[in-house]
Amino acid sequence: MAVYFQKREVVVPGQLLAEGRYRSSFGTYDEGGKIYSSLMGLAELRGNTVKVVALEGAYIPKEGDLVIGVITLVAGNNWKVDIGGPYGASLHANNALRRPYSDDISEYMDMGDVISAEVSAFDRQSGPFLSMKGRGLEVLEGGMVLEVSPAKIPRIIGRRGSMINMINDHLRIDTVIGQNGRIWIKSPDVKRLRLAIKAFKMIEDQAHTSNLTDRINRMLAEEVAKLGGSDSSEEPSAEVETVDEEEPIEDETVIEPEPEIIEAPEPEAEAESEAEIVEEAPVEEESEPEASTDEDDKPETEEVNE
Amino acid sequence: MSPEIKPDFLISPEGLRVDGRRPDELRPIELKVGVLKQADGSASIRQGKTYILAAVYGPRELHPRHLTLNDRAYLRVEYRMATFSVPDRKRPAPSRREKEISMVIANALKPALFLEEYPKAVVDVFIQVIQADGGTRCAAINAASLALADAGIPMKSLVPAVAVGKADGQLLVDLGDEEDKYGQGDVPMAILPQTGEITLLQQDGFFTREELIEAMQMGINSCKYLHELQKDALKRVYVRNPEDGEDDFDDDLEADLGESEIMEDE
Repeated sequence: MAVYFQKREVVVPGQLLAEGRYRSSFGTYDEGGKIYSSLMGLAELRGNTVKVVALEGAYIPKEGDLVIGVITLVAGNNWKVDIGGPYGASLHANNALRRPYSDDISEYMDMGDVISAEVSAFDRQSGPFLSMKGRGLEVLEGGMVLEVSPAKIPRIIGRRGSMINMINDHLRIDTVIGQNGRIWIKSPDVKRLRLAIKAFKMIEDQAHTSNLTDRINRMLAEEVAKLGGSDSSEEPSAEVETVDEEEPIEDETVIEPEPEIIEAPEPEAEAESEAEIVEEAPVEEESEPEASTDEDDKPETEEVNE
Repeated sequence: MSPEIKPDFLISPEGLRVDGRRPDELRPIELKVGVLKQADGSASIRQGKTYILAAVYGPRELHPRHLTLNDRAYLRVEYRMATFSVPDRKRPAPSRREKEISMVIANALKPALFLEEYPKAVVDVFIQVIQADGGTRCAAINAASLALADAGIPMKSLVPAVAVGKADGQLLVDLGDEEDKYGQGDVPMAILPQTGEITLLQQDGFFTREELIEAMQMGINSCKYLHELQKDALKRVYVRNPEDGEDDFDDDLEADLGESEIMEDE
C-alpha cells in the first residue's frame, strides 16, 4: 500500500505509481496489483483512484463532449463532420433539424460550415455520432476557430469555468470551447481577438504549471489597460475598429451565441475529471507573482504513504 | 572522403576500443524530445556520430483504408536513411534493408503500445537517419519510443535498445561503425525494462551459447541505463530545473572521464 508519486508530478510511461488497494483509471494500467503510468502527464490521486492527466494526445471522442466541427460532406440525410483526431463524425439531419425539413439538407448547413455539436454516441464499432439538439448547439458564424492541443482544453476551461470566464470578462468576447481542441472566438475587434489568441496560446504552453489563472489574469489586465485605457474595460462595444472578418452574418436559424450557457455543461464534466489539476494553490496567494513553477510546486507536494 | 581502412586492431593492448571506450561503455548519448514543431511527437538521438530524428503523427485516419485493423490502431513505421548519411551516397530509393529495419522497429515497439485504444486509426512513425555510424536501428528505437511518448500514445513503458557485438573475441556494448564492419558479430536488442521482456533480438556472426547469454546480459544492463536517460529526456520537456547546469547533455556515466564539464560549455 503505497503511492510513489507526488501530487501533480510529471510522470513518464512505465513509471510505477502505486501499489496495493488502488484503482487504475485513465492514463494508467494495472499489472499484478501495481499501477503504472501509460502516458507522459501529471499524476493524480483522487480517493483511491490513480490517474494521469495527459499533456499531449489526439482527440478521442467521448459521449457528451461538446465539439466544434467543420462540415466536410453532405451525404443524403447525413453531414460528415471533421472534429479533429482520428475519427470523422457524422450528424444525421434528424438530430439537427426540426421536422419537416427539406430533402436537400445542404440548404441548412453546407460544406465548410462550422458547428458546435454534442457527441451523442461513440464506441469502438461505430464512429462518433453528433447531435445538435440542445441549447447553444448551432452553426457558428462570424468568428474564428483557434486550434489548440485537446489535452489542454480542461486547463483552458479551468475549474468550473474559472479560466474561460475570466478571459471572457476581460476581453468581452464570445467563445465556444470544444473538447476536441477547437476554440471559436468572436471578438468585437481585432486587437482583442489577438489578445484572446495570445492568452489561449499561453495557457497551452504553460498548462502543466500552477497559478496559471493568476498569471493570465494579470497579463490580460495589463494588456487590456494598455489597449483601450478606461473605455475598453467599461464599454467594449463602443470601440470602433476596422473589423472585416468579424461581420456577423445573421441567419434566421441562428440565435446569438451565449457562451455562458454553452459552457455550462463543461464545468461539471470537468470538475469531476480535472478538478485537482486545475486547482490553484490557495496557500501562497500574491506573495510571489512570477515565481517559477518549481517553487510553486514544492509547498503542496506531499508524499502519501499508507 | 578517403576510403576506409580496416584498423589494425579493434581492441588495443590496454583493452580499450578504437574510440577509447571500455568494452561495456556506451557512446555519449544525447536525447532530445519535441524537436519538430509540426509532428504530434518527436525526438532526436545523438549516439556517437549517429544522429537520428523520429517523428510521430497520429493517431489519425488511416489511408489507404484497406490496411484498417478493426480492433486496434495500425503502427506504420518508416525508417529511411538520408542520402548523405553514409560516406558513399546512399541511393534515395527505399532499399530492402530499410524496409526490413522498418518492420523490425515496428515489431520492437508494438508490444509496448496500447494500440487497442484507437481501433481503425493509424500511428505513423517516421525515422530519418541523418548521419549513420553504426547502431542505427537501436538508436532509432530509442528515439521512436520517446517520440511516441511525446505524442501522447499510451504505452506500457519506453523501449530502450542497444547493440552488443563481438570484436577480437571480446564482447562489446554499443558497436560503432568500424566494430560493426570488422567485428565478428552483432546482436541488436530491445527490452521492456519493467518486465525484462525482450522485444527485439537479432544476431549476425557467430556466438557461442555462453557468449550470447553474456552478451544479452550486457545488453540488458545497458538498456536499463538507456531507459534512465530516456526518462530524464522526457521529463526535461516539462520540468525545467535551473540548478541543473548541464541541461543539454545527459550522459553522466562516471566513465565520461571529465568530459561532461567540457560539454557543459556548449
